[in-house]
Amino acid sequence: MSKAVIHAIFDDEEPLMATAKSFHSKGIHIKDVFTPFPVHGLDAAIGVPRTRIAITAFIYGLTGASLATLMMWYMMISDWPTDVGGKPSFAYYMNVPAFIPITFESTVLCAAHGMVITYYLRCWMLPGVKAKNPDPRTTDDKFLMVIETKEENKANIESMLKSGGATEIHHK
Amino acid sequence: MQHESEIREPLILGKKSYHEITEDIVRPIEGKASKYWYMLLTISIIAFLWGIGCLAYTIGTGIGVWGSNNGVDWAWDITNFVWWIGIGHAGTLISAVLLLFRQKWRMAINRAAEAMTIFAVMCAAIFVLLHTGRPWLDYWLFPLPNQFGSLWVNFNSPLMWDVFAVSTYFSVSLVFWYTGLVPDFAMIRDRAVKPMAKKIYGLLSFGWGGSARHWHRFEEVSLVLAGLSTPLVFSVHSIVSTDFATSVVPGWHTTIFPPYFVAGAVFSGFAMVLTLLLIVRKIYNLENYITIKHVEYMNIVIIVTGSIVGVAYLTELFISWYSGVEYEQYAFLNRATGPYWWAYAAMMTCNVISPQLFWFKKLRTNLTFTFIMSIIVNIGMWFERFVIIVPTLCRTFLPSTWNMYSPSFVDIGIYTGTIGMFFTFFLLFTRYFPVIAQAELKSIVKSSGQEHKEKHAAHGHAAHH
Repeated sequence: MSKAVIHAIFDDEEPLMATAKSFHSKGIHIKDVFTPFPVHGLDAAIGVPRTRIAITAFIYGLTGASLATLMMWYMMISDWPTDVGGKPSFAYYMNVPAFIPITFESTVLCAAHGMVITYYLRCWMLPGVKAKNPDPRTTDDKFLMVIETKEENKANIESMLKSGGATEIHHK
Repeated sequence: MQHESEIREPLILGKKSYHEITEDIVRPIEGKASKYWYMLLTISIIAFLWGIGCLAYTIGTGIGVWGSNNGVDWAWDITNFVWWIGIGHAGTLISAVLLLFRQKWRMAINRAAEAMTIFAVMCAAIFVLLHTGRPWLDYWLFPLPNQFGSLWVNFNSPLMWDVFAVSTYFSVSLVFWYTGLVPDFAMIRDRAVKPMAKKIYGLLSFGWGGSARHWHRFEEVSLVLAGLSTPLVFSVHSIVSTDFATSVVPGWHTTIFPPYFVAGAVFSGFAMVLTLLLIVRKIYNLENYITIKHVEYMNIVIIVTGSIVGVAYLTELFISWYSGVEYEQYAFLNRATGPYWWAYAAMMTCNVISPQLFWFKKLRTNLTFTFIMSIIVNIGMWFERFVIIVPTLCRTFLPSTWNMYSPSFVDIGIYTGTIGMFFTFFLLFTRYFPVIAQAELKSIVKSSGQEHKEKHAAHGHAAHH
């Protein structure tokens, strides 16, 4: 039994959304959709699970805060305490108000960069990576739906796509 | 589909299709540059080169070539640093704060505003790196042991906080900007005809394809970055203000400084966004995207922040009198009536009085008036930083150290040079990068586009009968 890959092109997002919703309710798996802009609700309609990238940002942020705390404690309190302008460095809790700005900046720095690096790696987007969209028009004004199905369901799905408003259908 | 009230004016004029938006945004990149672009670029590069010359002279000879002296040891360097970094703040405010508030009008202006942020912070960095006196030792600012021995930097110092704040701000703004640019670079890549352009935009776009999964993550990343950048942008200028506020100099040692600096930063930044975008929309024919309504919204931000700044000036005056501290009272009397009274008068006129003219709808929707005002505001905000620094330092506690300050040609040269650098980078940006976040903009065609609005209004009208 061979697999069939169908690429259906839509000219607008409304028929695309309607088709995606009806396919999802019928249990037809939509592998992916390529769109020129974020179509709101499409991710949920084709069953994309909610991304956990915000959680990674939180963890990177905690890491940043801890690193900054450790660094300032070590340099100012532990390794070589100095007394600048009559403000001695006896204990971390005494100096901590002065350490808050840098702790905050370090949190933001690590959260933002950690999350963005994770995002690029998770999507595998790096300089020199081949363009992921199967048709170059999908970054301009076309919407492309990729469906993987069994050979025997192909004709049925194609007719549903056509009636749903797909303007072009290609086989891969 | 999101619904938007019919009362709101359309944000995209001219009944654009998705493809027409693509065409309009890539036209400056694919087409030939106009003669205005070459003219502006030539002027900017000349100023930039003159600045590099003055910078080299400063590094080679020492900062004795500046007008700064024993009494006035901070002068144009820090004035310009604060001015530039303040200008940068509007870009982050537009892209982050307005994203959190779901303000759709940000989409036409956020790309250019963020580019402005990045270039402005680069200009600011030049001054702060140079004013240390021996810029080749600037790596001492990082938490490395002094002389690679046993001493460390002092984390109690606001100048140290500044190092972390400005470098975090710059790098986070840069990745925020770039992450938004990737889908637009992909759009240019996919329609590029010349092999060289295809290759370069292919590298820049990181293989972006616009998959639903990737858009889903893209939106989450944008939202979290906006959430991180919002407190970041407020922290940066607050920390800059603590460079002054934690000192014991009368006129600087005030708790009002952080909010007052942040409001001033947004005020001057929006003025610079207007200066740049009024030129951009004209020479690249983007009137349908950066509409009069966008200009009006920005002018409203200018009235609000300008009024906050005005209230801050008056509060400072009142508190100095009310405190009963004679040094504090003298500091403000000296600013207003001392040898630099004209700088104070310029600041008050440009920042407090002139933005109030925007209460008139006719004036805030007039492009020529807005352009002139945007420049006046930036002049005023430059004078604000000058007034805080120079008149204060020329009359401190010890009368024997009282002296006057006037800039040398090197001070003026470096400042002119950073303006040249800023415009050189900005002009190159408008020529090779998509000036408007077209992918984001396409997502609001069906809710805020003119065609949609008119159709919806007609439909709503019919339904009433």
